[in-house]
Amino acid sequence: MSVTLPAVPPRVRIQTADFDLGQEVASLRADDGGVGAVVSFLGTVRDRHGAQAGEVSAMELEHYPGMTEKAIEAMIDAAHARFDIRAARVIHRVGPLKPCDQIVLVAVSSAHRGEAFQACEFLMDYLKTQAPFWKKETTAEGARWVDARVADDQALARWGIASANAGLAAEGGR
Amino acid sequence: MKIQLLFFASLRETLGGPRTLELPAGATVAQVRALLAAEGEAPAEALAPARPVRAAVNQVLASGEAVLADGDELAFFPPVTGG
Repeated sequence: MSVTLPAVPPRVRIQTADFDLGQEVASLRADDGGVGAVVSFLGTVRDRHGAQAGEVSAMELEHYPGMTEKAIEAMIDAAHARFDIRAARVIHRVGPLKPCDQIVLVAVSSAHRGEAFQACEFLMDYLKTQAPFWKKETTAEGARWVDARVADDQALARWGIASANAGLAAEGGR
Repeated sequence: MKIQLLFFASLRETLGGPRTLELPAGATVAQVRALLAAEGEAPAEALAPARPVRAAVNQVLASGEAVLADGDELAFFPPVTGG
């Protein structure tokens, strides 16, 4: 006779498939009576850089298998160490995507809203600058890799964490 | 010593797929970057000191001064842009 253990959903998922926000939040709460707040962030693919609607026709997401999962697991550990949260989950899609597609989900549960709001933003700021993903956009001019933004490094700096992802960093440097 | 080299995104398009590299003991990430940059015009441009390039050793972000060991996995990639 085989014993079926209750499936513990992984905290981090990198997948090509789409996901369902409601389902993920329900599974994150999973009958935890200590949860009083859930905050989720949903990132979606835009069809433009500036004002020109429809400029971006497709997007390809590349990642570093293995490092991506490790990096995000470490981020979730850091969020648990910093904030009083119950659980966190990160789903990031890779492969070919289209404008309006869901691309990333960060969901955090906690006893009270303040910690969940903060932890969710912390995880997203961290992910934007430290998780090995790369976006390639297709426009009428062809496909091009998206540039990193200094503003994302500045967002992480609010948490007292230095990042030089967008600029000339010591990382891999001379 | 031998290390495993990986590239991602635009650097993968310029430098190609995974490969192994024979290195003298004590080689650093920055030394490998310079070695790769000397392979040709396109690698020199992609890995020029003025270009932001990030590196990871055994899947952890590393600085140029990081010293490599036999069997290490070294990856070079552009600044990350997920989310």
